[in-house]
Amino acid sequence: MNRPIRTLSVGCLILFVALMLNLTYVQFFKASWYNSRADNRRVTEDAYSQQRGDILVGKKAIATSKPSDDKYEWQRTYPGGKKYAPITGFMSYSYGQSGVERSQNSVLSGKDNKLFTNRLVDLVTNSEPAGGNVELTIDSKVQDAAYEGLTALGDDVQAAAVAIEPSTGRILAMASTPTYNPDRLATHDFGAARKSYDQLSKDDDEPLLNRSIQTALPPGSTFKLVTAAAAMENLGKNPDSKVYGGALLDLPQSDKDLPNESGGSCGGDQITLTRALEVSCNTAFGQLGIDLTKEQQDEQARKFGFGQKYLTDLPNQATSTFTDDLDKLDSPPFRAYSAIGQYNVKATPLQMAMVSAGIANGGTVMKPYIVDRVTSSSLDVIDQGNPTKIDDQPAVSSETAEGLTEMMVSTVENGTAAPAAIPGVTVAGKTGTAQSSKERAPYAWFTSFAPAENPKIAVAVMVQKSGTERSEIAGGRLGGPIAKAMMEAAIS
Amino acid sequence: MSGFTPASSMPVFVHRSRRGAELVLLILALAVGIGAYAAVGLGVQEKIPVDIAGYGTWLVALLVAAHIGVRLLAPYADPVLLPLVAMLNGFGLAVIHRLDLAAGASESDAFARQQLIWMTIGVVLFLVTLFVVPDHRMLQRFTYTAGLGAVVMLILPMLPLIGKEINGARIWINLGPVSFQPGEVAKVLLVICFAGYLAVHRDALALAGRRFVGIDLPRGRDLGPLLMMWVISLAILVLQRDLGSSLLFYGLFVVTLYVATERKGWIFVGGVLFAGGVFAAISLFSHVRVRVLTWLNPFDYYPDPLNGTSSGQLVEGLFGMAWGGMIGRGFGSGEPWRVPYANSDFIIPAIGEELGLTALLALLLCYGLIVERGLRTAIVARDDFGKLLSVGLATSVALQTFVVVGGVTGLIPLTGLTTPFLSYGGSSLVANWVIVALLLRVSDQSRRPLPTAPSDEDLAAEETQIVKLDKGAMTK
Repeated sequence: MNRPIRTLSVGCLILFVALMLNLTYVQFFKASWYNSRADNRRVTEDAYSQQRGDILVGKKAIATSKPSDDKYEWQRTYPGGKKYAPITGFMSYSYGQSGVERSQNSVLSGKDNKLFTNRLVDLVTNSEPAGGNVELTIDSKVQDAAYEGLTALGDDVQAAAVAIEPSTGRILAMASTPTYNPDRLATHDFGAARKSYDQLSKDDDEPLLNRSIQTALPPGSTFKLVTAAAAMENLGKNPDSKVYGGALLDLPQSDKDLPNESGGSCGGDQITLTRALEVSCNTAFGQLGIDLTKEQQDEQARKFGFGQKYLTDLPNQATSTFTDDLDKLDSPPFRAYSAIGQYNVKATPLQMAMVSAGIANGGTVMKPYIVDRVTSSSLDVIDQGNPTKIDDQPAVSSETAEGLTEMMVSTVENGTAAPAAIPGVTVAGKTGTAQSSKERAPYAWFTSFAPAENPKIAVAVMVQKSGTERSEIAGGRLGGPIAKAMMEAAIS
Repeated sequence: MSGFTPASSMPVFVHRSRRGAELVLLILALAVGIGAYAAVGLGVQEKIPVDIAGYGTWLVALLVAAHIGVRLLAPYADPVLLPLVAMLNGFGLAVIHRLDLAAGASESDAFARQQLIWMTIGVVLFLVTLFVVPDHRMLQRFTYTAGLGAVVMLILPMLPLIGKEINGARIWINLGPVSFQPGEVAKVLLVICFAGYLAVHRDALALAGRRFVGIDLPRGRDLGPLLMMWVISLAILVLQRDLGSSLLFYGLFVVTLYVATERKGWIFVGGVLFAGGVFAAISLFSHVRVRVLTWLNPFDYYPDPLNGTSSGQLVEGLFGMAWGGMIGRGFGSGEPWRVPYANSDFIIPAIGEELGLTALLALLLCYGLIVERGLRTAIVARDDFGKLLSVGLATSVALQTFVVVGGVTGLIPLTGLTTPFLSYGGSSLVANWVIVALLLRVSDQSRRPLPTAPSDEDLAAEETQIVKLDKGAMTK
C-alpha cells in the first residue's frame, strides 16, 4: 500500500502549495487592489485616523492634525480657516477630500512612493508612519489682501481673486467667496458634518466652489488683451497702429451693429490701438476680430492656455475655452463678439491672470503651480516644484509683449484701469465687464501686473455676482482696488 | 548478536526513540505559544498580561504531562507531531485571546479561557487514548461498532431537546452547560471504521469483481456495508446543511478506498461522483448555490447584501489579509473584529491581518508537516489496519485544513469547518488531540524495535540453565 500513500502525499503537497500560492496572491499581488477599494472600511478609517502631514504657507500650518481622544486618534483641523478653504479643501469621513487635501493625499497620508525610504525606516523602527508636509507657493500677505478685498465686497458676493508670479508660475494667492469653514466638515461628529455639508451643497452661492479655478465665465474686455496680441502677431499691428474707432460696428451678414459701452465713439473713426485698449473700445476690437481668421484667434487663445489642462496641483480645474465649435466662427459677427470676450469665450480667473503673467514674462506663459515643496515628517525635502512652461510657448514675441505692456500701463495711467494705480510703481492693467444675459448682472473682471518694468506679480479678480446695481458695475471699480492691494502686498 | 534479529534477512533501519528531540521541540513550541500570548498583551494593552505566569505554567504543565505520557506510553512515537500540535494550539490560544480583547469579553466568558479548558480536556483524552489503546490493532475489533457510533453521533443533533441549530447548521447538541459538535467525534470513528473494514476486505475489493469500462468494480457484498454506512453519513450531513463535514467525509472515504485497493480508478470514480454531486447540490439546494455565487462574485454581495445574501464575512477577511500584507500590522494594530466569527472559522484571516503572509505560510508549513508525519507513519506501519488508520487520520487533517483555509481565502467556496488546533471550538480541539494520540500510537508501534526472536546465544544460555537446574535437581 506504500505506493498509493506516496501518491497521496504528493496530492497533499499540491493542496498545500495551492493554499500557499493563493495566500500569496491575496496578501501580496492583489493586496493593493483590495486596499484601493472605496468600500474597504479599514483603509478609509485608517486614512481618517492617521496623523496627516501639514499644509504650510510659509512657516504657518493652514491644515494640520492634532491628537483627539476618540477612537480616530487624530482630528484634522484648519487654522487657515475660510481664507484658505478653497486651497486646502477639506478632509471628511463621509464626503472624501477636496483641494490640496485631495491632490496631495498620497503625500499627506504618507503613502506616496516619494516617501518610500521614510516608510522603510518607520517599518524598521516600528513607528507610526507619519505623512509628509506640503509647502505652498502662497504668499500670505497677498492672500490676506485678496481675501480681505473680496470679503469687503459683501457677504453674498460671488467673487474670486488669484495672483501668480509671472516668471515662474508660482501661485501667490487664490481666494474665492463665499467660502466655508473646513473644520465643520472634518469634525468627528458625523451628524454635524452631514448637516454642514448638506447646507453648503444646497446653498445657491455654492460656497464649496473654488471660483478661481472651477468657474469659467465670459472674460469680457479683459480678453481684448488676447485679441490685441493676435492682431499684433498676425496683422502686423503695433501700439500706434490705427484701428477703427467709430460708435457702431456694422456686423456683416447680420442686421445688428456692435456698439460701444459708452454709446459714443472711442475718440474718432480712426484711433491708435493703445487708445482702443485704454477706453476698451468694442468696435475697434470687434473689427480686429473680423479681420483675424478664426484659426488665428483660436491659436492665440490656446497659446495663452485656453483649452489646455495645466493645473496639476489642484483637482477639478475648469478648462477655459475660446469656443466650443470653431466652425461657428466662420460667421464674422461671432468672431467680432468672441474678440471682445463674449459669445462662447469662457475663462477662469486663473486663466486671465496667466494672460497678464504671459505678457509680463516677455511673452512666455509659465505653468501655474501651488505646491512649492514636499518634505518628509523629518523635514527632508523630498520634492520641489520647479517652473515649467505650458505648451506652445512663447505665446507672443517679446516685441508684442513689450507693446502690450506699454498699452496696459497706459490703460492704468490714462484709461479705465485707473483704480489699480499705485503711486511710485508702474502698473499694467485691463478691466472687463461681460454681459451674459439681460436678466443677470454682468461679470466684472480686472487683470493687471506690476511693476511693469520688472513684474513680480500678475493678478486677476472676477466678481460673478455682487449686490451692487448693474449700472455701477465696471471691472475697474470692483476689481481694481482688490488687485491694487494684492500687488502692493507683493511688491512691498 | 546482542540486539535483535530482524524477521527477514534484509537490514532494517532501527528507529531511535527521539524523546529528547521531542522535548527540545516542545520547548520551542511553548516559546511560541507563551511568546505570542505576551505579544498580544504588549500589542493590544501595551503591557505583558498579568496572568502570564499562571497561563504559562498551565500550558507548560499540560505539555510536560503530554510529553511524559508519550515517554511512558509510546516511547518510540514520532517526535515531531506533539510539538507541532502544541505550537498550533498554544498559538491559537493567543490569537483567540487577542480577539477576546477586541470584543471586550470579560474574564469569565472569554473564549480563550474556555479554549484552555478544552485544551486541558484534549490533553487528558490524548493521554487516556494512549493508555487505553496500548496497541492500535485492538481498535480493528470495533470496526462496525465505530461505524454505528459515527451514525449515532451524526443523528444526535437531529433529535429534539438535545439537538441545537446554530447559524443554519443543525450540528450541535446541548450537554448541560456546554454545546458539543458530535460530528467531530464521528470523524474519528469513521476513520477507524473505514480502516478496519478495508484492512479486511481490501483483497476482495481489489481482486474480486467485474471489469466495467476499464474499472474493476468490486462485488456488492464486499463494498455494500461500507457504502451504505457512508451514504447514511453523507445524507445526514446534507440534511444538517454541514457542507464542510460532507466534503471531509467524502474525501476521506475516497482516499482510504484508493490506498486500500491501490487502484487509481477510485480516484477517478470519486472525482466524477463528486462533480456530479456538486452539480446536483448546486441545482437542488439554495444554500449551496449561495456559497458558490458568493465565492465567484463576492463583491456583488458586499457591502450591501443581495437577495438577503451577504459575503461580508469573506470580503472582510480578504480585506483583512490584504491589509496585513507581507508581515502584517502587528498584534493590536489590525481590525480583525470586522470579520464575524474571527475566532473560529475565520481565524486564518485574523492572523493574516495582524501577522501577515509570513505567519500564515509558517502555519501552513506546520499543517503540512503534521500531514507528512502522519503519512510517514502510514508508510512505516507494519500492518494494513495501521497504515489505513494513519492515512485516514492524516488525510482528515489535510482535507480539513484545505477546506477551511481554501474557503476563507477564496480559493474554493466557503464551507464551515474549524481550523484544526487553531480555531476556537471544543469538540474539534478534543477530537484532533485524539487523532494525534492515535497517530502517535500507530507510529510508536511502527518505530518500535521488532520483538526479538531468541538468538543462538540465548538459546544456549537457556539450555545451560536447564542443564544446571537438572543437575541441581539431581544432586538433591
